[in-house]
Amino acid sequence: MPLSAEEHKRLADKAKHIRERIVEVTERSGGGHLGGSLSQTDFLVAIYYKYAKVDPKNPRWEDRDRIVLSKGHGGLGHATILGDLGFFPDPELDKFNKTGSKFGMHLDRMKVPGVDASTGSLAHGFAIGLGMAMGAKLAGKDWHTYIVLSDGECQEGTIWEGVMAGAMFKLTNCTCIVDRNRMSLDGPTEEIMALDPLDKKFEAFGWRTIVIDGHDLNQVCDALEAARAETEKPVMIVANTVKGKGVDFMEDQPKWHYGGLDSEMAARALASLRGK
Amino acid sequence: MPIGITWTVDDADTMTANEIYGEVLTRLGDENPRILAMTADLAGSTKIGKFQKKHPERFFNFGIAETNMMGFASGMCEAGFIPVVSTFAAFAALRCAEHVRTDVAYNRRNVKIIATHSGTSFGPAGTTHHCTEDLAVMRAIATMTVIVPADAYETAKATAAVIDHDGPCYVRIGRSFEPPLWKDLNFDWEIGKAITLREGTDITVIACGPSVLHAVEAADRAERQGLKVRVLDMHTIKPIDRDAVMAAVMDTRRIVTAEDHNIVGGLGSAVAEVVAESGKGCVLRKLGVADVFSPHGAPEDLQHLHKIDADGIEETIAEVMKMDFEQDEDWEDEV
Repeated sequence: MPLSAEEHKRLADKAKHIRERIVEVTERSGGGHLGGSLSQTDFLVAIYYKYAKVDPKNPRWEDRDRIVLSKGHGGLGHATILGDLGFFPDPELDKFNKTGSKFGMHLDRMKVPGVDASTGSLAHGFAIGLGMAMGAKLAGKDWHTYIVLSDGECQEGTIWEGVMAGAMFKLTNCTCIVDRNRMSLDGPTEEIMALDPLDKKFEAFGWRTIVIDGHDLNQVCDALEAARAETEKPVMIVANTVKGKGVDFMEDQPKWHYGGLDSEMAARALASLRGK
Repeated sequence: MPIGITWTVDDADTMTANEIYGEVLTRLGDENPRILAMTADLAGSTKIGKFQKKHPERFFNFGIAETNMMGFASGMCEAGFIPVVSTFAAFAALRCAEHVRTDVAYNRRNVKIIATHSGTSFGPAGTTHHCTEDLAVMRAIATMTVIVPADAYETAKATAAVIDHDGPCYVRIGRSFEPPLWKDLNFDWEIGKAITLREGTDITVIACGPSVLHAVEAADRAERQGLKVRVLDMHTIKPIDRDAVMAAVMDTRRIVTAEDHNIVGGLGSAVAEVVAESGKGCVLRKLGVADVFSPHGAPEDLQHLHKIDADGIEETIAEVMKMDFEQDEDWEDEV
């Protein structure tokens, strides 16, 4: 069901703000994983600002939903959302990447409030998140686990061990979403180690797959709700996205997987995000 | 509230070390509903399958997919559980090294890894199924406690102790056909505290795992030659019992270490670090797999080859006793 115009605007405005903050934080930090942080923003905003049961004032609240960024290099975008929600004072993000700050480029759950798993090495967060879901199921807890994967990390064998286990243990109390921006560090995934047909692979392993435009908030919300309603199979949302989404000179450019921005480039990036 | 072992292990004479471990874990599981058991298609071999029979709802078989299992174990801690993961040491420590480091230790998760078939205990299987590197790997992981029980009874004590311990633990046991060191559970055993099995002032043998029993045998033989050999059962490799090592340095000035592991990075290295940092003079000889891939063979033959059986330790004690390692005999002139 389409979002109301008001709700759509609320989420879209928030996503725009988060993207702007990603650019600002990168300028101050000296560098950041821009491409993947910008591609994940719309669905991560939908999860955090519309669905997830979290409390910024009580980050370790026992009954909160768990959110694991298996694509740990999206930490820049993740921390930006957590700061905006008030898990820590937002201006602290100015120290992102800096010695002595709580933010390395891959977030540490022991240091950054709101982070449920310390990730960075790919494919680890997926198994950790599935384990959280299985723990909740066994303990009779009704919290939900959200796991965000990159498409590139699906080249890791451990992912497919987890996909088998998710189906075997019928983990329907988690929602997995893969940020299918089709780019990894060295270039297009299909030229490096082809993943297509990625949706069919998950299906063949016993998962329900929902393929969406990961930047269309109506499709994102429909998919997240369908995943929550599913009771038979674990769900993998394949969110087709654009790496570097919203900044014209970064879109689909693997070189912006990680990069720094001087003040002139940051201004250009912000202008692009603001449609100027 | 510590659980401890409040009962005796029945049929210990007929149960192997791994069977006792499975039995102990099952009983601990009776008392503590937070304990989970996990394996990767090795429920029978590791004997963690005993837990499965009693507590099927808390047992998970991940198939032949160890790295995913470590991640699941980490995640399940989020719901308050204490996962106990068992597979062969080669897979637990080597295949899963980064998953143990990142998912378990770096994430500060209370996972217990009980690795079986360690060292050369699965001798005939060959190098792929030996594991003579795990102590080096696990010792280098921050926050990890590393334990090598000497026999089935110590395995029972260690299993209960690691469940009580808050933090990740790696316990390495053998294939479980090793003869027992102890006769029952009536002895004190504490993480990080070496057990002095023989007092002595001439030389100290510091051993772990199956080498402990051989060290005792070698010490008894040497005693018949008039030597006073101290034997330390150094069941905890990390944190190492520095006080026990330094007492050996100061009291005997000669140390032989014995372990079913590469001489690089394991017990011998841990002891060497303590000795070297102390600035006190001491002869140290490390016995173990001498930085080679062990050939396959019966475990007792391999222990003989690597000089970690009673013959090898006895021979080494004699060699070290003959060493003239100082120009003078004045121990008081040390740094």
